[in-house]
Amino acid sequence: MGKYFVTFILVLTFFGVKAQVKLLTLNELEQRVAKGKDTTYVVNFWATWCGPCVEELPYFEKLNTENAGKPFKVILMSLDFKSKLKTDVVPFVATHKIKSEVYVVNETDQQKFIDRVDKNWSGALPATLILNTDKQVRSFYEQAFTYEQLTKTISNVIKL
Amino acid sequence: MKKLILACLSMFLVAAVNAQTGYQVGDMASDFNLKNVDGKNVSLANYKNAKGYIVVFTCNTCPVSKAYESRVEALNKMYAAKGYPVVALNTNDPVASPGDTYAKMQERAKEKGFSFAYLEDPNHVFTKKYGAQRTPHVFVLQKTAKGNEVAYIGAIDNDQQEANPQRDNYVQNAVNQLLKGEKPSVASTKAIGCTIKWKKEASK
Repeated sequence: MGKYFVTFILVLTFFGVKAQVKLLTLNELEQRVAKGKDTTYVVNFWATWCGPCVEELPYFEKLNTENAGKPFKVILMSLDFKSKLKTDVVPFVATHKIKSEVYVVNETDQQKFIDRVDKNWSGALPATLILNTDKQVRSFYEQAFTYEQLTKTISNVIKL
Repeated sequence: MKKLILACLSMFLVAAVNAQTGYQVGDMASDFNLKNVDGKNVSLANYKNAKGYIVVFTCNTCPVSKAYESRVEALNKMYAAKGYPVVALNTNDPVASPGDTYAKMQERAKEKGFSFAYLEDPNHVFTKKYGAQRTPHVFVLQKTAKGNEVAYIGAIDNDQQEANPQRDNYVQNAVNQLLKGEKPSVASTKAIGCTIKWKKEASK
């Protein structure tokens, strides 16, 4: 009986973990960022199907872990189709043991969405946005990063 | 003198940037001669009755491209007879992306019943020349006395996931306007797409 109970709890935890990937609109993201005025947000736009994105994800994860306890947060915004949230994104987050906050972008009109993130964004992935409300920082990068490039870029735009 | 040097330098810089990013709206697009999935070579000039072309840079493997396959087919059905056939080019290197070999392209075209030409682009020659940045990436060309003028660059529509019935059908709108003798009112758009799987440079 105990065994079943443990299994039951494990299944529950598993589904609990699953529930962590939510849909997020750009407005909701901006509200989220506006709350943490002194916090530096590193928002990475990626997708499970994007090779160079998947390659650089560990660097963002490392960044998030190394800055734990500081006013610093990595947010991973997936551009996978909404219909793939359960089938692709959730299993990906589970197998790669991703600890950063993960959302699936909830916008239908990409034309507007891309321009609102940054006028200079062509729409290619990966792309990264560095934000800090108090320091009035909003820097956008349409490129893939190495860990060294990432830390250097962040400390250049924001004196951590 | 200083001003002149500066002017020359900035002109050079603009040229360099243009060379990097490929065609802009208004440029003359180059024709090509590339192998179609039926084994025959295809050039834009082969389409004798064409008034222009819907050139789609795409591939077999990208989820966004796949989501658009039936819409690309529909574009060809809609516009080939009116003088704007779809010509698709696979952007990806078959070594970097094994799902994009010539054989896989043939398979895909057969499976999906493509009525348009689906060409391979070895060494990304025309992908680079046009400046395709992702898949799918569309270039609508208009045949003019001077050559094939780029009239529209960008996305097929603004609704990748087919969630919005009120979507803006950018390519359809552009071609409809061209058919009426107008310039497309929206001449360039953006979209999320897959990066192009470039050939790995041989190590020196």
